Amino acid sequence: MAMLEVKDIHTYYGNIHALKGVSLEVNQGEIVTLIGANGAGKTTTLRTISGLLKPRQGSISLNGEDLHKYPAHELVYKGIAMVPEGRGVFSKMSVQENLEMGAYHRNDKAAILSDMDYIFGLFPRLKERRRQVSGTLSGGEQQMLATGRALMSRPTLLLMDEPSMGLAPILVEGIFDTIEAINKEGTTVLLVEQNALMALSIAHRGYVLQTGQMVLTDNAEKLKKNEMVQKAYLGID
Amino acid sequence: MKTIDWKTAIRNGLVGGVIALYFSMIGMVEAFSGRNLIGDFFNMGHLLLFGGVLAAGILTARAHKEASVGINAFSSLVAGLAAGIPTTLLILLANNVELQSVFVSVNRTLLALLTFERGMSGLGLFFLATSLIALAGGLYDSLPGVYKRTLGLSLSVVVVVAVFSNIVTQIMTTLFGRPSVRLILDGDALKPLSAAVLFVVLTGIFILREQRRVKAEKLVASGAAAIESKRASLQRQVILFVGIGILLLIAPYVLGSFLSQVLFEVGRFVLLGLGLNIVVGYAGLLDLGYVAFFAFGAYTMGILTTTGPLNQGGGLFNFWLALPIVVLVSVFFGIMLGFPVLRMRGDYLAIVTLGFGEIIRILALSDWLRPIMGGAQGVLAIPSPVFFGIKLDSPEKMYYLVLAGALLVAFVSIRLRDSRLGRQWMAMREDEDVAEAMGINLVQTKLLAFAIGAGFSGLGGAIFAARLGNIFPHSFNLLISINALSLIIVGGLGSIPGVIVGAIALVGLPELLREFQEYRLLMYGILLIVMMLNRPEGFLPAEVFKRELHAEEAELPGAEA
Repeated sequence: MAMLEVKDIHTYYGNIHALKGVSLEVNQGEIVTLIGANGAGKTTTLRTISGLLKPRQGSISLNGEDLHKYPAHELVYKGIAMVPEGRGVFSKMSVQENLEMGAYHRNDKAAILSDMDYIFGLFPRLKERRRQVSGTLSGGEQQMLATGRALMSRPTLLLMDEPSMGLAPILVEGIFDTIEAINKEGTTVLLVEQNALMALSIAHRGYVLQTGQMVLTDNAEKLKKNEMVQKAYLGID
Repeated sequence: MKTIDWKTAIRNGLVGGVIALYFSMIGMVEAFSGRNLIGDFFNMGHLLLFGGVLAAGILTARAHKEASVGINAFSSLVAGLAAGIPTTLLILLANNVELQSVFVSVNRTLLALLTFERGMSGLGLFFLATSLIALAGGLYDSLPGVYKRTLGLSLSVVVVVAVFSNIVTQIMTTLFGRPSVRLILDGDALKPLSAAVLFVVLTGIFILREQRRVKAEKLVASGAAAIESKRASLQRQVILFVGIGILLLIAPYVLGSFLSQVLFEVGRFVLLGLGLNIVVGYAGLLDLGYVAFFAFGAYTMGILTTTGPLNQGGGLFNFWLALPIVVLVSVFFGIMLGFPVLRMRGDYLAIVTLGFGEIIRILALSDWLRPIMGGAQGVLAIPSPVFFGIKLDSPEKMYYLVLAGALLVAFVSIRLRDSRLGRQWMAMREDEDVAEAMGINLVQTKLLAFAIGAGFSGLGGAIFAARLGNIFPHSFNLLISINALSLIIVGGLGSIPGVIVGAIALVGLPELLREFQEYRLLMYGILLIVMMLNRPEGFLPAEVFKRELHAEEAELPGAEA
């Protein structure tokens, strides 16, 4: 049984039918990427999984448990954490306070502190700037912080929305290396990306989303070689 | 810069001159000129007329960085001459054309005032005055730092003392008897001699303090006295704390009835401001209908305790019994407002709460609720609270009640801010979605903000009702909400000392300057604009807002490299 099972979800913004029956599966220990053009519904899919949007139809389950009955703020207790599009750091809080917010639902102080050390090991830049206000961090540092903050909740499933957005290529590589490292330590990752090449290079499997519908799925290597994907998303003629 | 920057000098001067012109043409100069500040030659009209000119002189000299004193002086002189132009044009125009039919305030009194009662020959005098004042500003700016700070500070203090001479009168009357007042004051104005003495004494004190500070800094720099100074600063803090406490306790005895009433008003708005601060400052929910909860508090207190025509329970409740009920009712209505607006953000929330505030006022005014709330008649004969046999029926006594309320609410606010709930509010204010993804229950967090804010406001309303004895729907108009919002913005959003400072500035000062009531909203607007341009974080900002608005200096001390 897959860890995350999304079955035929339909999500609307008012009258706009944004997701027209999206299904996907993520297995324990995988990195799965969701690629697609602007407006294909990638972020909507992620926001629906994280409970910020409610699907009108379809089901989402985690380890066989239906997530439909939980409000968004309880999903973190189920082991889902999100790194939102555009980072979404609490810009007036310091780096450390942001990380503490990530562990908001936890009460085990000692473990929180050791997790913070782990995050600082992962992103030494953040340790240097732990008392700095996060709104003054660079884009790359903010992405590290958002990722670190999500990890502070000890997620089993990490949802990442466009981690490469607005970052210099060298920083993007760093972020993707980190995602791989996090995954090797046991966190399952569902990654939404426009930078399809990068995403497919670290992912195990991928889904291609087009105007609210899933059009293609395969393992990452095969997707990279797929003619349609190459044309549309990898810029290869 | 080696040469004079003509453009800046003339522009600054003209701006200063236009400010003077504006205050003249709306009649403020004339109205304020009746109030002497020092002797009979310096009045509040002059303050308006020449304040802008002085600022123009200072700013012009400051624009010429690292220039010689001569250039500073000359540039500010140019600014001063430019500052004379707009008003001179007005005088010339008014002498030849009938302006009063359009500009009511441009009358003979004003012209006499502007020409120093010398007719056309006074024109030159006005130029002379603006030039000299701007020049003084320029020279002042060229002074070395220590003197600049101390002289400027003591001069401002003298002016402030003169403006609020009624406080001085009151304090001296209480402490030394009425005759002592006449020694230093001449009517409302400071005697020139006493102003001079005050100025010299203050300058002396400030210079001494400056020297001590420099010495202390040297000590700290040498590292020797680090621990010692820490203990000393703690000691100073304790002394300051106790001092303020004693002042707050004896204030009504020294200040008398009228000023106690002013303090009461300030305290009432501190209560309101602290409550609104939780909703807007902490939780980031822009609530424009905040007066509604103040009204709930006042009406609940009124209805429960009145001995007037609306009395139903036979005076079953006294103030103290009713108080917890009042707070609970306000909290309840806070939650009731909260539910429908849970999904709204920003502007939409502001509009809905605005409507809510008006609905409550109109309901109170309605015939439908007249049997309970008294309609336009209001609730009459609300008894004063009795505290262990003492009837709190004067402003001096009610002051203590509002002081106790404000202290309690301030304490609760501080504890809340540093609590888990405080963090929830802060995270929600920054990004609702992310906060939710972190596991924060937005419904609960928002409702708690509305409920606690409403409870504080209801407490303020209850005290207000008990103080006035009668309440009417029109006491709960939109202006109260706007006042409360302005004072927390001016004071510093999210900051508790800021709320107090804001209440003093926006509620206390206008009460003290009641003679100029008609210009109150104008001054209000000017203050808000100036604040938003120059100090958007408020007088005493909370740490987090300062961080945001001055991001480039945001690296906190003690950061580990």
